[in-house]
Amino acid sequence: MADILDLTVLEAHDAKMAGELSAKEHCEAWFEAAAGDELNAYLWRNDREGEGAAIEVQQDWNAPIAVKDIFCTEGVPTTAASRILEGYRPPYTATAVAKLIEAGLPILGKTNMDEFAMGSSNENSAYGPVLNPWDRERVPGGSSGGSAAAVAGGLAPWAIGTDTGGSIRQPAAFCGIVGLKPTYGAISRYGMIAFASSLDQCGPLTRTVSDAALLLAMLQGRDPLDSTSVGIEGGVSLPDRENLAGLRFGVPAELARDAVDAGVREVFERTLEKIEALGGEVVEVSLPNAEHGISAYYVIAPAEASSNLARYDGVRYGMRAGGDGDLTEMYETTRSEGFGPEVKRRIMLGTYALSSGYYEAYYGQAQKVRTRIAEDFTGAFSAVDFVVTPTAPSVPFKLGEKTDDPLAMYLNDFFTVPMSLAGIPAISIPAGLAEPEDGGPQLPVGFQIAAPAFAEQKLLDAAYALEQGIGFDARPNGLGGADG
Amino acid sequence: MAELEAVIGLEIHVQLATKTKMFCGCELSFGDEPNVHTCPICLAHPGVLPVPNEQAIRYALQIGLALECEIAPWSIFHRKNYFYPDSPKAYQISQYDIPICGRGRLGDVRIHRAHLEEDAAKTIHVGSSGRIHGSDASLVDFNRGGTPLVEIVTEPDLRGAAEAAEWARLLRETVRQLGVSDVNMEEGSLRVDANVSVRPAGSSELGTKTELKNMNSFRFLQRGIEAELARQRALIESGGEVEQETLHFDPASGSLTSLRSKEEAHDYRYFPEPDLVPLAPTEEMLREAREALPELPAVRIERYESELGLANDVALTLATDPRTAGYFENTVEAADGIEPRVLANWVTGELAAALRQAEVEGGAADSRVSPPALAALVRLVQEKKISHGSGKTVLAAMVTEGGDPAEIVEREGLAQMSDSGELEAMVEKAMADNPDAVEKIREGNGKAIGAIVGAVMRDTKGRADGGEVNRIIREKL
Repeated sequence: MADILDLTVLEAHDAKMAGELSAKEHCEAWFEAAAGDELNAYLWRNDREGEGAAIEVQQDWNAPIAVKDIFCTEGVPTTAASRILEGYRPPYTATAVAKLIEAGLPILGKTNMDEFAMGSSNENSAYGPVLNPWDRERVPGGSSGGSAAAVAGGLAPWAIGTDTGGSIRQPAAFCGIVGLKPTYGAISRYGMIAFASSLDQCGPLTRTVSDAALLLAMLQGRDPLDSTSVGIEGGVSLPDRENLAGLRFGVPAELARDAVDAGVREVFERTLEKIEALGGEVVEVSLPNAEHGISAYYVIAPAEASSNLARYDGVRYGMRAGGDGDLTEMYETTRSEGFGPEVKRRIMLGTYALSSGYYEAYYGQAQKVRTRIAEDFTGAFSAVDFVVTPTAPSVPFKLGEKTDDPLAMYLNDFFTVPMSLAGIPAISIPAGLAEPEDGGPQLPVGFQIAAPAFAEQKLLDAAYALEQGIGFDARPNGLGGADG
Repeated sequence: MAELEAVIGLEIHVQLATKTKMFCGCELSFGDEPNVHTCPICLAHPGVLPVPNEQAIRYALQIGLALECEIAPWSIFHRKNYFYPDSPKAYQISQYDIPICGRGRLGDVRIHRAHLEEDAAKTIHVGSSGRIHGSDASLVDFNRGGTPLVEIVTEPDLRGAAEAAEWARLLRETVRQLGVSDVNMEEGSLRVDANVSVRPAGSSELGTKTELKNMNSFRFLQRGIEAELARQRALIESGGEVEQETLHFDPASGSLTSLRSKEEAHDYRYFPEPDLVPLAPTEEMLREAREALPELPAVRIERYESELGLANDVALTLATDPRTAGYFENTVEAADGIEPRVLANWVTGELAAALRQAEVEGGAADSRVSPPALAALVRLVQEKKISHGSGKTVLAAMVTEGGDPAEIVEREGLAQMSDSGELEAMVEKAMADNPDAVEKIREGNGKAIGAIVGAVMRDTKGRADGGEVNRIIREKL
């Protein structure tokens, strides 16, 4: 048997079934691995004593899991990587996490992220950036950077994150793992700290498509505490498709042009060939409004965020500053000191977009674009089964490279935002390696597949067949696998 | 200068008497220790989501139907954003452009809309001012935060302070009878704000309005509006202009102080609440709401007038309170055939007087006189078994001891004399005893007959029918 940490969750499960591995051994190995975090992937680790529930490993327990620090966990620090929630311990647990605990998954820890999930590089954390396990001078992507780095870097067998405009898929691509953003409403948002409520969705970050299916099966479902949740009818089972015969993959003409690094384009083209080799058909589709996705997204998401983040006022929980003066002073000081610059930028953008006299021109218009984009996808799915794109325009960039240029940073979400606006499921799978434009060792490239709403099973089946066909087995330096 | 006409619209907040809050499972309460009915949702902890209270939606539908509103096939919630400690999310979940209830009417006043929202928490400002400015500290009690509210907005159809207060009373009675709210103004489960403006009589344009807040009784509502109308009239008559502002009414001094001017008005940055799906009442919910609807005062008043032929003031007295109305209708049913108008006069006249006389607390419905007993009594009078006067005597007994009127008549010997031989003998005796009166009648003085009738009535203790006595006297002459 291979090293415990090299096993995917499904492989470990099989080993346990075969009596080659005990649940205790499996858990212990991962708790020990997580304790060696050098990537700043965890904001809080479960040391199994002191705060947090004591973890007594039980025989029938499943693989332990890392949870993005955006999910409220009763009694355990939950900060969304913001100063303003420093010291906050929620009095309740998010539905998604409660489901994992109920399924017997011990929580390894809470992972680092961009503050309130706003960012594409994990550099917006109040607690320092997460390092990419492939190259520690580079970003792991964001906002679920801690979860992605933990899974890629051998600090967790799997993790959950959240995706608002690409926050699961882009870091999964940057870290060479699988990341799935389910259909909006597939998984309960209750207890997930809100960034942009109409876009936020929980999802798995895993080593393989099969593990993503396992995790999705546990997480999905209607939750009476979330009015917008519906679950996935018929549930989710392990994917087992062997080829792509009879499936049509659409490449959107509008998204396939410029602004994509040569290395990324090459991997993308190679993957399209692989699809054809597996019996799938690749055609061009049109998503005429998709290129306006970023513009619409960066109005809608900040608008909702400006309202969602207004509750952090220092009155009831979290950080309070300037409490000796009057009310306004307390609000202003608490929020000035508690929020980081990107969060403040988006609060201001969003407040402006919703203000009287500007609402129609910004928020109203953005919602119209959003509807158009959703219609574009509906149209495309009448001709193809899936829409495919590169997950991100580049391989991971260097820490600090884009921090002074918000627009360049926002463009990282170019391929992932349209699906978020349409509310449809999309998965990023590792498709190969490419050299960064600025030189250095090869880095992972993600391939994004999007499907119609609630077609998760079909999406996972196809992604699984393609994954098997690609046979990506590279791991960051020092970890098992072909390049290990 | 033309006379200035008052133009008044009301905004009424009704706290719904549901078991739990609008968007979480916390119990509703009044007067409990502060901050005991709270949870992560109504304290707006990170990550929580609202789930609408189905009972509140049903109650809102009942209010909408009672006000003859158009019910929206689907409506949406909006966020109303503002920073204040009474609003833990820093936004109130309310409805904006598509409310659950659209245009309607109650009495003569058109309803503009009625929508669902959540109440704010209660803030208490410590210090001499009692207001946030100048207070030493502010305390927040989140027990009230999240209580379901229906906000009812009228069209500016009211033309005077008294009229506004009277209409507000009708609204309160209507909502009370739906059983969806305690409608207690002092406890704040019914809160009425007024939009007040004036314009030259006959004009169809609206003047600049001001909004009056904090009038926690109908009397204060009327006084507040009166004070504001006087202020606006004086202002305009002296060549000034009314400025749009929100005013706070101080019932102690009767004065109005400005809370905020138009410039200081909030920009609430309304946008659709993404945490909630559209509210689409099912056919079944609508049917159930319709079926749960009792007959309401305005409808009943109208029915008493048109179907039962009652005068408006009598209909108003009987129909406003549902228990009095029920008493009256049970009496009508038991009386089978007696004109409702006659029964109505007994309930509002003789019975009310008898209750007052006996100093009995409460109305007809609380009295010892059951509707069938009252009906039986009126029947005895109608059928001339007893005189009207005896009827009142019997009723006085019924009010204090209850019981069957026929038995009381029997016991007290009040039955009208039906044996005409006996009555004839008594008339003859009375004529013999009063020869002067007989002489006067014969001389053509009709009024003199009263003396003889009176004597007969005295002798019979009122059991004789005055008409019959008259007839016999004239026959004898």
